[in-house]
Order: sequence, then C-alpha cells, then structure tokens
Amino acid sequence: MSQSYNRGLIEDFGRWREFSAGMWAWVFHKFTGWVLVGYLFTHIAVLSTALAGEAAYTGTIQTLEGLLVVRILEVGLLAVAVFHILNGLRLLMVDLGIGLESQDKSFYASLILTGAITVASVPTFLAGAF
Amino acid sequence: MSTQVPKGEEVESTTDEAASSPGKQRRDTAKADRAGQQEKQREAEERAKANEDTVQIKVFRYDPEVEAKQEPRFDEFHVPFEKGMTVLDSLMYARDHYDPSLTFRHSCRQAICGSDAFFINGSQRLGCKTQLSDLDEPVRIEPLPHQDVVKDLVVDMDHFYEQMHAVEPYFDPDELPDGELEEQRQSRANREKIKMSTRCIWCGACMSSCNIAAGDNQYLGPAAINKAYRFAMDEREGEARKQERLEIIEQEHGVWRCQTQFSCTEVCPKDIPLTEHIQELKREAVKSNLKFW
Repeated sequence: MSQSYNRGLIEDFGRWREFSAGMWAWVFHKFTGWVLVGYLFTHIAVLSTALAGEAAYTGTIQTLEGLLVVRILEVGLLAVAVFHILNGLRLLMVDLGIGLESQDKSFYASLILTGAITVASVPTFLAGAF
Repeated sequence: MSTQVPKGEEVESTTDEAASSPGKQRRDTAKADRAGQQEKQREAEERAKANEDTVQIKVFRYDPEVEAKQEPRFDEFHVPFEKGMTVLDSLMYARDHYDPSLTFRHSCRQAICGSDAFFINGSQRLGCKTQLSDLDEPVRIEPLPHQDVVKDLVVDMDHFYEQMHAVEPYFDPDELPDGELEEQRQSRANREKIKMSTRCIWCGACMSSCNIAAGDNQYLGPAAINKAYRFAMDEREGEARKQERLEIIEQEHGVWRCQTQFSCTEVCPKDIPLTEHIQELKREAVKSNLKFW
C-alpha cells in the first residue's frame, strides 16, 4: 500500500437529516445541558443582586419580568429543562439496562411531553406580558 | 452475471435417472445449465434494456497509484435491475461489465464473512444484505467513514483489528478440567446470555458509525467491547479472569466513552444489541469496584 486517503469527518452535522432517534436524543441532551449551564450563571448573577439590598433585587427582578424577551426566554428555559429532565430519566433507564429496545420510543415520548408541558406553561409565563 | 451462484439444483434433480454415469450426467447438466444461464442472462439484459429497468449507483472512486485517479470522485453506473438484487450484486455487475478496476471486498455474499460493509445512502450496511429495492435512487456507495481509504471502497481495517485484539478475544478459563478430553460445558442460560454477542462478523460497521470512536482513536469501539462482553460474561472463565477483563474495558478509552447514541446498534447487520452490552459491562465494572466496607 503506497498511500491511503483520509476522508476526514464525514458523519458531521451536515448529515442531520439521516440522524436516528438515539443521535437526536444525544444532540438535544448536550445542547440543553449547555443551555442549563449558561442559565445557571445568569441565575447566580441575578440572585447576587440581593447582596446590594432588598430594593436592588426587587428592582432587578421587576425590570427583567417587564421585558417581553425575558418572558419568552422563560418559556424556552422551561422547555429546555423539562426535556433535559425527561431525557435524563430515559438515560437512567438506559444505564440500568431497562427497555433498551424501545429507547427511540422513550425519546419521542419525552419530546411530546416536553412540547405539551411547554404549551401548557405559556399562559402562566406570558400572563400580562402583552 | 458471471459471478452469480449457478442455479443448478433444480435442473439436476429433474434430470432423468437413467442417464449413463453420474459423472457424465453431472457434466451434461452443468453444460446445459451454463448455456441456459447465458441464455437467461442475455434475455435478462435485453429485457432490462427494453424496460429501461435500471438502477443508478454512484460509487466512490479513488486510486492512489494512478495519477488521474488520486483525486476522489464519484462514478455513476446504470445496472440492469433484477428482482432480489443486492447492492453487492450491482457492484459486481458494474465491475464485470463496465469497469474491471472497480475495487471492493466481498467473499461469502451471505452476511457471514463481514467483508462488504459499505456506507450506502448515508448508513453503514452490508452490501450483500441490502436490497436495492429498499433504497432511494441514485444509490450512493462509499467506503466506511472514519477509516482510511486504500482504494475505491476498500478501507484500512488495521486499526479496527487492533482494537478487537486489544480485548484479548479468546477463551481463557482460570481452571482447566481434570481429564484432558473433558468438555467445558456451558449452562444453557449462560449460552443464551452471550448468544447475540457471539454473532459478530467483524465487519466494522459499528465502529464506523460511532462518532465517539471517530473523535477518539483509542476508544475500543462497540465491536471490541462486544467481544469483551462475550468472554467476560462467560461463566466458565472464572472470577480472576473476569476481573482482568473488566480492568481492560474500564480504562479511560474503554466502556466509559460510550454515550449511548445507539448508532452502532442501529447499523449492526447481525442485530447485536451493542449498546445494551456496553451498558451491562459498565454496570459490571462499577459493581466490581464499589465496596461498601
């Protein structure tokens, strides 16, 4: 063999149309995980305004909740958290070796549940925002 | 197709019993059969031409030894379709009729040798086990991803074999039976437990589909871990050997790299529940390390 050809990474994200359920679950779990880590930092930043006194904290929260963008982002945060929790339960089952042959169904179930819970939460989160 | 299995059995069984000698009879039958086959093939080709019943395949080409072919490209072939035709059949037809330089591995054509795993329409499959009628046209045939291409559809499997050997894939019991000729019997339940894991044909489809293995070259990969499972779960080997086996697979690039994407389980042509086996070895590894005293 004189030489060979390295085709590099063929199965990159450009093949997303061909991803199977397990792969999508993995992608979403990673993505939602990073979003939650990011949220944790903003969460701590907002909470730490309480160090400057009660009025400062209340002011921050009221300003944030007055913004339409924040209300919509809250719905997104709920969706992300719910999916991460449900898929986390699915992964727990996978780790325990329970129902591995229906892992795709449990992924779809967690997607549908996430959607339902998110839609149900919209009236609460967006009440009085418009 | 010249490399097609001769369809001789039916003719043979119906030949008159009263023919002179069995040998001559067989030769005559074979001759008649060959002629019949050629006739049939020509008919099939004509029929295909008349019906325009062809399948378009796009095949990855690369040849490091010919200057003009060093740049990878896709070649298109139009292969006359026959009922029951597999991807491997179409490749063989293209090689035999259009381009003898088309290179790919194949041997048994019945999903046992594991030579002809290709990347067909974006998924790792065995050429001989994939029906053309199940695929969208044009059928895109590429070498397995994440392995260096040697020529056309032939990839360098050395790394895969190295990983397979790394888990010491051979039966190695702690204690041998007393009598020299005594069998080492396995319980039916235990045999059933490792049954699926013994079906691996070393085709490399799982390793190629795993994007953890793609990013981490030291990762053992699904096939090797499955091999480790086959022996670690064999009760005849004994506790000491099992412990050694677990120490191999629980290393940094062992079972813990698996992130349960199920890609390997999806593509495995022998339907081995690879992810399940990897997960079970993870649990075994934890169990052998956790001590509550």
